[in-house]
Amino acid sequence: MILAFGAILFWVLAWWANIRLANSTLADTRFGMAAVPILFGVTLLVLWEGLVRGLSVPGVILPPPSMIAARFAASTSILWADFRQTFIKGALSGYVIGVGAAFAMAIAVDRYEFLRRGLLPVGSFIAALPVIGTAPILVMWFGFDWQSKAAVVVVMVFFPVLVNTVQGLTSAERIQRDLMTTYAAGYWQTLWKLRLPSALPFIFNGLKIATTLALIGAIVAEFFGSPIVGMGFRISTSVGQLALDMVWAEIAVAALAGSAFYGLVALAERLLTFWHPSQRRQKT
Amino acid sequence: MLSQTEIDGFAAPDAAPEAVIEARDLQLVFETSDGPVQALKDINLTIEKGEFVSFIGPSGCGKTTFLRAVAGLEKPTGGTLTVNGMTPDEARRARAYGYVFQAAGLYPWRSIARNVRLPLEIMGYSKADQESRVKKVLQLVDLEGFERKYPWQLSGGMQQRASIARALAFDAEILLMDEPFGALDEIVRDHLNEQLLALWARTEKTIGFVTHSIPEAVYLSTKIVVMSPRPGRITDVIPNTLPKERPLDIRDTPEFLEIAHRVREGLRAGHAYD
Amino acid sequence: MRQSILPVLTVVLIILGIWYLAAAWMNATWTLQQAERAEQTLTTVEVLQDTMQQDRPKLPAPHQVAVELWETTAEKKITSKRSLVYHGWITLSATLLGFAIGTGLGILLAVGIVHNRAMDMSVMPWAIASQTIPILAIAPMIIVVLNSVGVTGLLPKAFISAYLSFFPVVVGMVKGLRSPAPMQLDLMRTYSASQSQVFWNLRLPASVPFLFTSLKVGIAASLVGAIVGELPTGAVAGLGARLLAGSYYGQTIQIWSALIAAAVLAASLVGIVSLLERLTLHKMGMRT
Repeated sequence: MILAFGAILFWVLAWWANIRLANSTLADTRFGMAAVPILFGVTLLVLWEGLVRGLSVPGVILPPPSMIAARFAASTSILWADFRQTFIKGALSGYVIGVGAAFAMAIAVDRYEFLRRGLLPVGSFIAALPVIGTAPILVMWFGFDWQSKAAVVVVMVFFPVLVNTVQGLTSAERIQRDLMTTYAAGYWQTLWKLRLPSALPFIFNGLKIATTLALIGAIVAEFFGSPIVGMGFRISTSVGQLALDMVWAEIAVAALAGSAFYGLVALAERLLTFWHPSQRRQKT
Repeated sequence: MLSQTEIDGFAAPDAAPEAVIEARDLQLVFETSDGPVQALKDINLTIEKGEFVSFIGPSGCGKTTFLRAVAGLEKPTGGTLTVNGMTPDEARRARAYGYVFQAAGLYPWRSIARNVRLPLEIMGYSKADQESRVKKVLQLVDLEGFERKYPWQLSGGMQQRASIARALAFDAEILLMDEPFGALDEIVRDHLNEQLLALWARTEKTIGFVTHSIPEAVYLSTKIVVMSPRPGRITDVIPNTLPKERPLDIRDTPEFLEIAHRVREGLRAGHAYD
Repeated sequence: MRQSILPVLTVVLIILGIWYLAAAWMNATWTLQQAERAEQTLTTVEVLQDTMQQDRPKLPAPHQVAVELWETTAEKKITSKRSLVYHGWITLSATLLGFAIGTGLGILLAVGIVHNRAMDMSVMPWAIASQTIPILAIAPMIIVVLNSVGVTGLLPKAFISAYLSFFPVVVGMVKGLRSPAPMQLDLMRTYSASQSQVFWNLRLPASVPFLFTSLKVGIAASLVGAIVGELPTGAVAGLGARLLAGSYYGQTIQIWSALIAAAVLAASLVGIVSLLERLTLHKMGMRT
C-alpha cells in the first residue's frame, strides 16, 4: 500500500513540476521540450511500478516495469533472434520490395493519364482496406518462414506508397512544368529534374505510413503461422503461457524498432526535402 | 548597374528590319465546359529584331495567351504564327526564346545558382560553360553572392530577378515576359524596370512583355500593343517615340504623358466596344 | 468524378483479369498432379476448366468467391453460424463500440491538450511517437488479460479498436483546434471573448474538417483492430475468426469471402464517414 501511495505522491509532485516547467521561460528551450515529456514518461513508469507492486496485481495480469526490464535483460539473445526474424528478414525485405514495386508501378502508370485516373481511386480504396487480412492467404502460399511475412508487408506497403507517389508526380506547379516545356526538355529530364523532386514530400508521406504498416504486417502475419522464432510467434505463445513479462519485452522491442525505423525515414525526409515549407526550420 | 556610356553605345539595328515574330490572322479558341471562348481573334502583328514590344489590356484580352502561343505553350486554331521563320513548336525545340512567368517558378530544392543552371543542364552545355554563364547572368541581374541561397530565402523581387537570369542564361535571341513584375511592389518594380531596360540595351534581345500597367508599358517599350477582351483582339499599336535612353523621371515629361494618354484612350475604346 | 468512371472500371477489369490468370496459373499444378495420379491426360481447356472450380484452390477464381459470398449472405439466415452477415455484425459491433470510445476519449484529450500547456508538452510527443509503434502487436495480450479478469465478449475487442482509433483522433483534433489563424484569434481577443466562447465559436468549428480526416483513418484502424482482436482467442465468431478458421482448414474460398466482406465493411464505414463529412461541411458552409 505504501508503494502505491508513494507512486501517487510522485505523480502529483511530477505533475506539479511539469506545470511549473511548462509555464516557465524554460518551456521554449530545448531542455524544457525534452524534460517535460521525459518526466511525464518516467512518472507513468513509476506510477505503473508502484501501483502494481503496492496493490499486488498478479504478474499474469500486468507485470511491473522492473520485471519486464529484468526479463528483457535476461533474454536478449531470444529477443535478438526474434528481431532478426521478424524485422530484418520479414519487415525490412518486404518493405524494400514493396516500396520498389510501388515506385516502379507509379512511374509506369504516370505516363498514361487514363490509367492514372483509374488507379488513383482504386489504389486509395485498397489502401483503406484491412489488407492485413491477406496474411492467412499469403502464409499458405509462401510457407511459414519469413518469405510469407515479407509478402504480407509487400502487399500492405504497396498501395499507400503507390497512391502517394502517383499523386506526388503530378504535384509540380503549372509554371514549373511550362518552364520545362519552354526548354523543350525530354520526358526523362522533366521526370528527373522536376517531377521526382517535387514528388518527394508525397513519397515520404507514403514511406512513413509504410514503415508503421511494415512492422505490424510482419508481426500479425506470424499469428497465422511461423517457425518457432519471431516477435509475433513469441507474443502469441507467451500470451498462451501467461508469461506476460516476455510479451511486454517483445512489445518494447517492437516499439523501439518501430520508432527507430520511423525516425530514420523522417531523417532522410528532413535531408532530402529540406526545402519544403513543412520542413523549413525558420525563415531566414 | 550599368554605366551610362554602355547604354549610349547601343544603337538600333541599322540593317533592314528583320521580322522575328509574325502573326497573320491568328485565331485561338478555347473549348471550355461553357462552350468555346475566342481568346484571340484576327491578330496581325510583326515584331522585328531588337524591338521591345509591350502587350497591355484588361484581363481576358488574350495578351498572355498570345505570348504563350508564341512560346508554343498554346496551339492556335487558325491563321499563321512564325517565330524566326519557324512554327512556334519548332522554335521551342530550337530553344529560340527564354520565358519569364508571372511567378518566379524557381525550384525550391535547387539553390539560386543551380536554378539558373537548370536550362543549361537540360540543353547540354558543358560543365565549364555552365559555370561561367551562371556567373555572368547572376552578375547581370545583380545577384552575386546569393548563388548558394535557396529561392525561399530571398525576397520576391530577388526571386523574379533570378528567374530573369535563368531565362538569359542560354543563347536565346527572344525574351518573352508575362507580367514578370506584376506581384511586386511599386518601388521594387521601378528598380527592376530600370535594370531591364539596361539589360535590353546591352543584350540586344527582342522582348515581348505583357503588363497591365500603363506607365510600365510606356517606360519600357519601343512599341505598345493595346488589346481588348471578348474576343481577345488588338485595338491599337502605338509606336513609342521616347528616346532610347530613359531615366526614371522621363515619366514626368509631357511626351511620356502623351503616349500614356494615347494608350489609355486605346484601352477605353476597347472597352466601349462591348 | 464522372470522368474517372471509365478509367476506374478499366483498372478494376484489369485487376479481375490478372486475378483469373493468376488463379489458372496457380491452380494448374494441383490439377495436373491429380491428372497424373489418375494417369489421365487433360487438354488445355480441361485444365483451365478445372482450375476454376476446385474445392480448395490455391487462389479461388473471382466467381467462386462471389458465389460463396452470395451463399453465405443472402441464402443463410443471419442468425446462422455460417452466415457472413452474422460474423460481420459481430466484428462491426466491436468496431463501432471501440470507435465511439476511442473517438470520444481522443477528442477530450485533444481539448485538454489545447487548453493546458503542461498537458500539451507532456502528452503530445508520446501521442505522436505512439503512432510509429506497432500497437496491434499487443492485441492478443489485451484479449487474454481482459479475459482472465472476467471481461469477455465484445469489450476486449472494442478495447483494441478504441486504442487504435484514439491516437489518430488526438493528433488530428489537436491540429484542428489549433488551425485558426492568429488573426482570427486576435479578432476574438478584440471582442474580449472568454476561453469557452473562443472554443465554441472558433476552435471547434475550425477543427471539424481535421476531425473528419482523422475519423476516416480511425474507423479503418478500428476495424483492423477488431479483426486482429478476433485472432488470438480461438474466437468462434467474427470476420477475424473466419479468416483464422479458414487458414486452419485450408478453406481458401472462405478466407477470400471473409476478406472481401471485411473490405466491403471497411469501404462502407469509410464511405459513411465521408458522407457525414460532406453533409456536415456543407451545412457549415465550408465546402459546397
